[in-house]
Amino acid sequence: MEVKVRPLECWNDFKKYRERYYKNYLEAKDKGGIRWAGSAWAFDAIPHGLGEDVYPLTGEPYGATCAFFHDFSRQCLETIERRGVARDLCGYMRNYWGSIAQNKYLLPDGTTVEPFPKPDFNFTIHICCTHAKWYHYAAELEGGVPTYAVDISVGPGYLLDDKRINYVVKQLNDAISWMEKITGREYDDELLIKAVYAEADSMSTWARICKLNQAKPAPLEEKSMFSLYVLNLINRSDPEVAKLYHKLYDEVESRVKRGIGALTYEQFRFLTDNPPPWAFLKVYRYLEKEYGAVSLGAIYTFGLAGGWLGMDEKGEKWIWEPAPTPEEAGVEITNREEALRWTAEYNLRYRASWQHEYSHWIRKLETYQMIKDWNADAIIMHINRGCELWNLSTLEVRDYLVKNNIPVATYEGNMADPRDFDEARTFNVIDSFMQSMGIERISEK
Amino acid sequence: MIVAGIDVGSKYTKVVLLNENKEIIGTSNVRTGIDHQKTVEEALDEALKAAGISRDDINKFVATGFGKISVPFADSELTQVVAAGKGAYFVWPKVKTVIEVGAEESRAVKVDENGNIKDFALADKCAAGTGSFVDAMVRYLEVPLEEFGRMSLDAKGEVPMNAQCVIFAESEVVSLLHDNVPKPEISRAIHDAIADRVASIARRVGIEDDVVVIGGLANDVGFVDSLKRELGTEVYVPDKIAPELIPALGAALSGL
Repeated sequence: MEVKVRPLECWNDFKKYRERYYKNYLEAKDKGGIRWAGSAWAFDAIPHGLGEDVYPLTGEPYGATCAFFHDFSRQCLETIERRGVARDLCGYMRNYWGSIAQNKYLLPDGTTVEPFPKPDFNFTIHICCTHAKWYHYAAELEGGVPTYAVDISVGPGYLLDDKRINYVVKQLNDAISWMEKITGREYDDELLIKAVYAEADSMSTWARICKLNQAKPAPLEEKSMFSLYVLNLINRSDPEVAKLYHKLYDEVESRVKRGIGALTYEQFRFLTDNPPPWAFLKVYRYLEKEYGAVSLGAIYTFGLAGGWLGMDEKGEKWIWEPAPTPEEAGVEITNREEALRWTAEYNLRYRASWQHEYSHWIRKLETYQMIKDWNADAIIMHINRGCELWNLSTLEVRDYLVKNNIPVATYEGNMADPRDFDEARTFNVIDSFMQSMGIERISEK
Repeated sequence: MIVAGIDVGSKYTKVVLLNENKEIIGTSNVRTGIDHQKTVEEALDEALKAAGISRDDINKFVATGFGKISVPFADSELTQVVAAGKGAYFVWPKVKTVIEVGAEESRAVKVDENGNIKDFALADKCAAGTGSFVDAMVRYLEVPLEEFGRMSLDAKGEVPMNAQCVIFAESEVVSLLHDNVPKPEISRAIHDAIADRVASIARRVGIEDDVVVIGGLANDVGFVDSLKRELGTEVYVPDKIAPELIPALGAALSGL
């Protein structure tokens, strides 16, 4: 299908925000501000209550940026391996640690500055063996940084009850007292409330944007989506981020109405799985150029940054519908307790990427339903050596999909260690997969 | 109409010439040299000679194999997966699971009752389940390649071999030799190790009868025996054409 295309008008807004974000973290001390570091999955609305000059650095997107710049990534990985860190640990984490160990901070344009900016505190979560230790060791490497981690091991959203929510809320209350103590600042509940509203707005709006990609032709392709979804991984509780997502939603909706697509020629629609090999995003371009194949998204791209209804109440079916914001749910947040309860419940119930970490069964249903809802022809799964958490059930999901007559291809790699990727073999897998389905190269048409 | 299927493998380059009745009229199998294009020319000349025809008689060239790019005059290219599936289905129409073990790669291909590819899996960056593993082991045992497979069938017992890697396996074989373990037992241990690796790839797509093994290692009776035991099912080696020629045959079939 020949498609009208045009560049995204708000592309530069997202790019500039990301550049400013990393620069702000670097220069926070010059402005008398506070730096904190933690997982992209951390409850990032909480530190907002410390003031408007509080700047985060989330580890996974930083590790992915390192991976994108192969040479810097290799330096990070080799540096941290010389310190005795095993090669089979999380790729993001090793890049992050390696960056600290080299005392070099990478900016999104690929330039590095020294020294690596030390955070005032680490604030993260425990969701897997990696996240449980990431910031403990980072703190050691940085010569000691106060570190707080929230345990979220309460099970999937559809099994949530008051006891489980309270377990997390109690930790968040405790974290606020801890932050006040280590920063010497008085906590501002109004800023927290504002951040909590913005978080839900950003995540639910991203989910609505993802839904728009069900259209044919697809208005977005996943390689570009990586540059868009990332704002929800670096600072989703910033009202400016929520505004940018609204702007993006309006533009993508307009593209759908006008039939504007992401590719000039769309003949094949597929999903991906797992974090991508960040050093080799050319895989996506190869599929586009050679086969007119558009990647519509993944449970990673959609689920990490989006708020979704997820499993139904009986735990039998996955529902890919945007989660409600406080306004849509008819909830008014007026104090700290309500804000903490909202953010705890919203994340535990609607953060799609947390749900399947509790159960392989959920991930199977989630992936299968995405293939159906987005009218995908197939899925290409990354057997990702760089993430135990995500890769734990990849082959189980693959088998489930094959049994349900979904065409699946797998290739091996690593989201953040370029040494683990075999480019020629991956292209061979893609060619074999496409040819086995009778998909012709565009040049052969 | 005559179609030439050319399979440029990492160790051997194979050519199959097919006429419009799908009859094989000539084949060749030439060691792949450093200069792939020169090897392709040699292999093609040999097949043409066997068929008693000239190059001008060929209507279509279809290339496959890791070095398919080295056939600049090819009219089309076929991936190894599809070539293996097509070729195996042609010679064994009841096939559901194709296992190909070449010099540097192994793969499993699932085909349906019409010969369409349903699924496939490739060995990932590992030589342990390939023909080069055998080459390395034969060097250590100092036995001719032809004897190595048969020797395995004479083994009186099983010797466990833990290595899943060519490099570590070599040191394990050296240890076994130092322990005076008879060569047939070592041969079987090596074949079992390869079969274990290959079977794990095949299980990714699911084992469904009939299972057909193709590629150079299908000529090794010791390996085929180990693979049967490992999979717990009959494994067939097509006898109408040498098993290493089947991907080239698949390529030729796609051009008809």
